[in-house]
Amino acid sequence: MATRSSLATGVGRVLIAVYGILALAATGRSVVQIIEKFSHAPVAYTLSALAAVVYIVAMIALIAPGRAWYRVACVTIGFEMAGVLVVGTLSLVDRQLFPDDTVWSYYGLGYVFAPLVLPIAGLWWLRKHHRAAVAEPALASVPAAGE
Amino acid sequence: MIEWFTWVQVVLAVVVGLFAVVVGFVGWKPDDYTVGALALVELLLLAQGVVSLVLPATGSPPQGNALEFGVYAVSVLLVPPAAIVWALIDRTRWSTVVLGAGAFTVAVMVYRMYQIWFALN
Repeated sequence: MATRSSLATGVGRVLIAVYGILALAATGRSVVQIIEKFSHAPVAYTLSALAAVVYIVAMIALIAPGRAWYRVACVTIGFEMAGVLVVGTLSLVDRQLFPDDTVWSYYGLGYVFAPLVLPIAGLWWLRKHHRAAVAEPALASVPAAGE
Repeated sequence: MIEWFTWVQVVLAVVVGLFAVVVGFVGWKPDDYTVGALALVELLLLAQGVVSLVLPATGSPPQGNALEFGVYAVSVLLVPPAAIVWALIDRTRWSTVVLGAGAFTVAVMVYRMYQIWFALN
């Protein structure tokens, strides 16, 4: 328990599990798309693969303790937020660019909007635990300094 | 896939998902009922998996994309065991919610498999 990140507590564990599920979904989708018809929509399929990698890294960053991982979590979840907003908008405006769906198309409609809700929940969770996560290394060094 | 069996799976997974999420938020730790329910979901997945391997050999292959179906069929099998392992390691009520989330995921994935097998989209 002590080695766990302060982010991996309470409802944060559910968040991590949902990230795991979405990582699985995005990985599965991109594997099929790239094997079958990469040349059909290279932009969409590269994005699917990228999204899969980002979900996996974000999930690891939420579990792993420490300040560096906290920063990785901020970057990856922030990237997801930007991704779903940019790709969601582009998929509505320019169908040519995304002839086939990605996890982020139409703001994640195909995944019951989980790709849109998840980064919002993730950023809220990171903000709520900002102090604890950043203070962790300092707390660990207090007894050493005192004795 | 066998159609009626697929619907049994989807309904079971949704009921298990609702049950586990509700009792998880109420405060239940993972117990025989919630873990057992996920094990039952997995058992039906294995049965449907065997059916989906046997049917093409008897002349009824999937009407849709076989590769896409296969990726779903293999990855869906990983979901309940992962949720169960989680529940055995982390003995808090949040694991019960995770079990529920896993069951919902199975419901969605089985429904997608149904769409792919019968080429409905």
